[in-house]
Amino acid sequence: MTGSTLPPLYPFRESPSQTAGPYVHIGLTPNVCGITGVYAADLGATMVSATTKGQRITLEGRIIDGSGAPLKDALVEIWQADADGVYHARATEAFCGWARSAADPDTGVFRFETVKPGRVPFPDGRLQAPHINVWIVARGINLGLNTRIYFADEAEANEADPVLGRIEHRDRVATLIASGDGQTYCHDIHLQGPQETVFFDI
Amino acid sequence: MSANPPPIAGFFPRDRTWHPKALTPDYKTSVLRSPARPLVAFGNTLSETTGPAFGHDMLGPLDNDLTLNFARPGMSAIGERIIVGGRVLDEAGRPVPNVLIEFWQANAGGRYRHKKDGYLAPLDPDFGGCGRTISDDKGGYHFRTVRPGPYPWPNGPNDWRPAHIHFSVFGHGFAQRLITQMYFEGDPLIARCPIVRTINDPKAIAQLTARLDMNASVPMDALAYRFDIVLRGSRSTLFDNRMEGN
Ligand SMILES: [Fe+3]
Repeated sequence: MTGSTLPPLYPFRESPSQTAGPYVHIGLTPNVCGITGVYAADLGATMVSATTKGQRITLEGRIIDGSGAPLKDALVEIWQADADGVYHARATEAFCGWARSAADPDTGVFRFETVKPGRVPFPDGRLQAPHINVWIVARGINLGLNTRIYFADEAEANEADPVLGRIEHRDRVATLIASGDGQTYCHDIHLQGPQETVFFDI
Repeated sequence: MSANPPPIAGFFPRDRTWHPKALTPDYKTSVLRSPARPLVAFGNTLSETTGPAFGHDMLGPLDNDLTLNFARPGMSAIGERIIVGGRVLDEAGRPVPNVLIEFWQANAGGRYRHKKDGYLAPLDPDFGGCGRTISDDKGGYHFRTVRPGPYPWPNGPNDWRPAHIHFSVFGHGFAQRLITQMYFEGDPLIARCPIVRTINDPKAIAQLTARLDMNASVPMDALAYRFDIVLRGSRSTLFDNRMEGN
């Protein structure tokens, strides 16, 4: 704030965030935490079907706190393009680009069964490397964290990616890249410490 | 209002002094869960300006009624019956139609239906604690519930959460995704709560405080609380070079 006495240019300000708290799963994945019968299925549980085009992948990982322990109460949402690099706001029978996963209450592992996304244009027309957009909420996280997951087997595209190019400390780029065998990709997200993941202000 | 809003060019930057900081030591869990390095900023791309959309057809008839959606036949949740409603707007004051709003809360005694909640207040067999709705074409939404009770939580030696309802809101782009909490006008626990106090500006706290709205209440049935939700404003592609906040 500038201390100006002029009236605000815009009438409203974004509602301030508050932590999702320890019971976020009651609201967002109630079936996972034993509240059944309200919704037939938890939202965002399935992304692919028999008709989905593209390379099937499993993406799994953990959110690690500053003591090295995995968060067992986190909730992760992802948003991604289809195999052709197209975002679909409305899920189709073939593909839903959005999903959510509750961290496993014992291991903290989140998991998504999806397809490897295609390349999406950057505003200047260059292509971004294949990536998955990630949003993390949990107890102790006051404002949802945005990060991305890229793929180790897309080294050439990653090298030219305009967003990865914004990361000044080049050694930190590795914190956004999931390693895998073409089927299963593993990716831990570190909230703090020497391996702290890059989080974005989008 | 068009059914198909023009594509979004980008969102207004988030004012991170208005939101809570990541590290807020009085809320102890934030200490080990707050990133320490600066966030990396970049202009919005399609990855941020697009996001999932949900249709009204996904909603069940009781999804927006927590007094009934978990209750046994003929029963309803115990507690003070309330209607919570308002509008979803953006920072330019425009309604945000057709966005999914999910909510969850403790029961009237302050107890969550969750295996990790050990508070001695009893579970209500007729209350699950979750609901959802989708904003209408003017951004309006409402749901029925019971007023949640305050509850103690392990932080300081005697910290209690004010009565609150958790809200999860989608916008039209993934970068508008927001989770927050709604408090109730007049609750003396608001000012004492370390989670509320992660927010610095009293005006921002006031924005999360729902007002008693007697005009929206239903006589002999339910009191009403008004809670407007504001999402990030956006620039649209078609008017990218115009100065007014289209
Ligand atoms: Fe709560």
